[in-house]
Amino acid sequence: MTEASLYLLQQLINGLTIGSTYALIAIGYTMVYGIIGMINFAHGEIYMIGSYISFIVIAGLLGMGMVALPVILLIALIVAVLIASTYGWTIERVAYRPLRGSNRLIPLISAIGMSIFLQNYVVLAQGARDIALPPQISGGWNFGDPQLFEVSLSYMQLIIWAATFVCMTALTLFISRSRIGRACRACAEDRGMTNLLGIDTDRTIAMTFIIGAALAAVAGLLLGLYYGVVNPFVGFIAGLKAFTAAVLGGIGSIPGAMLGGLILGVTEALTSAYFPSEYKDVVSFGLLVLILLFRPSGLLGKPEVEKV
Amino acid sequence: MSQLLLDVNGLTMRFGGLVAVNNVNLSVHNRQIVSIIGPNGAGKTTVFNCLSGFYIPSDGSVVFKGEQIAGLKDFRISRKGLVRTFQHVRLFSNMTVIENMLVAQHRHLNTNLLAGLLKTTHYKRLEQEAMDRAAYWLEQVDMLEFANREAGNLAYGQQRRLEIARCMVTQPELLLLDEPAAGLNPRETKQLDELIVQLRDEHEISVLLIEHDMSLVMGISDHIYVIAQGTPLADGTPEEVKNNPDVIKAYLGEE
Repeated sequence: MTEASLYLLQQLINGLTIGSTYALIAIGYTMVYGIIGMINFAHGEIYMIGSYISFIVIAGLLGMGMVALPVILLIALIVAVLIASTYGWTIERVAYRPLRGSNRLIPLISAIGMSIFLQNYVVLAQGARDIALPPQISGGWNFGDPQLFEVSLSYMQLIIWAATFVCMTALTLFISRSRIGRACRACAEDRGMTNLLGIDTDRTIAMTFIIGAALAAVAGLLLGLYYGVVNPFVGFIAGLKAFTAAVLGGIGSIPGAMLGGLILGVTEALTSAYFPSEYKDVVSFGLLVLILLFRPSGLLGKPEVEKV
Repeated sequence: MSQLLLDVNGLTMRFGGLVAVNNVNLSVHNRQIVSIIGPNGAGKTTVFNCLSGFYIPSDGSVVFKGEQIAGLKDFRISRKGLVRTFQHVRLFSNMTVIENMLVAQHRHLNTNLLAGLLKTTHYKRLEQEAMDRAAYWLEQVDMLEFANREAGNLAYGQQRRLEIARCMVTQPELLLLDEPAAGLNPRETKQLDELIVQLRDEHEISVLLIEHDMSLVMGISDHIYVIAQGTPLADGTPEEVKNNPDVIKAYLGEE
């Protein structure tokens, strides 16, 4: 292989890694949009909180002298998912449910308020500066030609791919096969009718917030470990990226969010590889503008039909 | 004497200054087909919206099986056994026929999440029962062969039949049908006619019907209420209503 193609391969590996985590966060945007037609702008903050909780748990367990890394990570994962889900559920209950039935713009404003609140709450509780965690999972494979360009695939990247794959598969099965998944789909199609069939749709909606938050927490743990730092503002930009991914794939569509995340991740990696990396965000958000202009329903979304 | 199932007294619905429904009384007994007729805009659908919990009535009482239900949330009313359809088809069109039937049984499958994940025998039995009930009702409306089709791709008449079947798996005692014959051809209307009678006679449920197709209404109703401009005009057996001068006047205008 030539140097250029090895370099490209490395960028694809990096892009798919970031893209996977965008996809995990994007699910929360797309499911909530699909079911109640609102953009939950506080969702990025859930991801940030998930990251913080993972850091706190990992540091705490290490401090207590625990050495078995898989156990530490598993505990961190469970605690982060549980706490983040509680946040997701509470946000819906406190900030969105009382506003249901009002103008679409109003819950959106409430969401922005929630986002600002959570950011500042973490600033107060944890400080505004970066919190760093020494790398827990190091090593990986190097291949390619050491003379030209050595491609590295770290274990951490593999773990991110695997975890994303497992989460996405589980979610897909849950939505397509399970009783609650069926109710979620029914609710997304016609909430009023779902209610009339005796289903408490408030509970179904709460469930989508819980699922979205759990996946965001998984992303929080993974990206936290990957980058090794977290600060109270990481949720804002990651949230925007994941939102872009959801729109790219077609907001409301779960496979769309997965695809959109991966495409966005790869696009960013390629942009920073061949252009100054400052252009990364310009390209991502430029992409968002282009999609909104030329294909507002996204890659896999269905064009919106006016409801009679 | 049959039992009183639904008893509506002085039902009134105001939207600002507009009185859409004014002091409507009606009752439905067990195993009865009762129809509400009246010119367009008479407030028939508004009555349905009040009964099914879509609106909270401004005034009046709605007693279902001896219990006041006015103002309850729609899913609670539905769980009590009062289920409705709409003038236009509201199937989950991206889901298959069988999935539509299973969603409607959501609460009958009410087990905890863990039981569903572990597929306990109790859960499996409930699921099997839901499947059987779905298959039974699909068979009743001649739709079993379409079970795995996407609901949105069915012919219009089939969609209407599926809607009724979907209501029936929720095991209602009173079914509210809002213009079920709208858009059906004469053959399909006849099938619907037979189905509604069968619901009453074989499955022992009551049906409250809004319909414009007079031959259907007159043929199957046990009792008819006439509403015009939101106000009750007359009620009685089909024969009595047909010969009521006020009704003739409201429908045909004065000579």
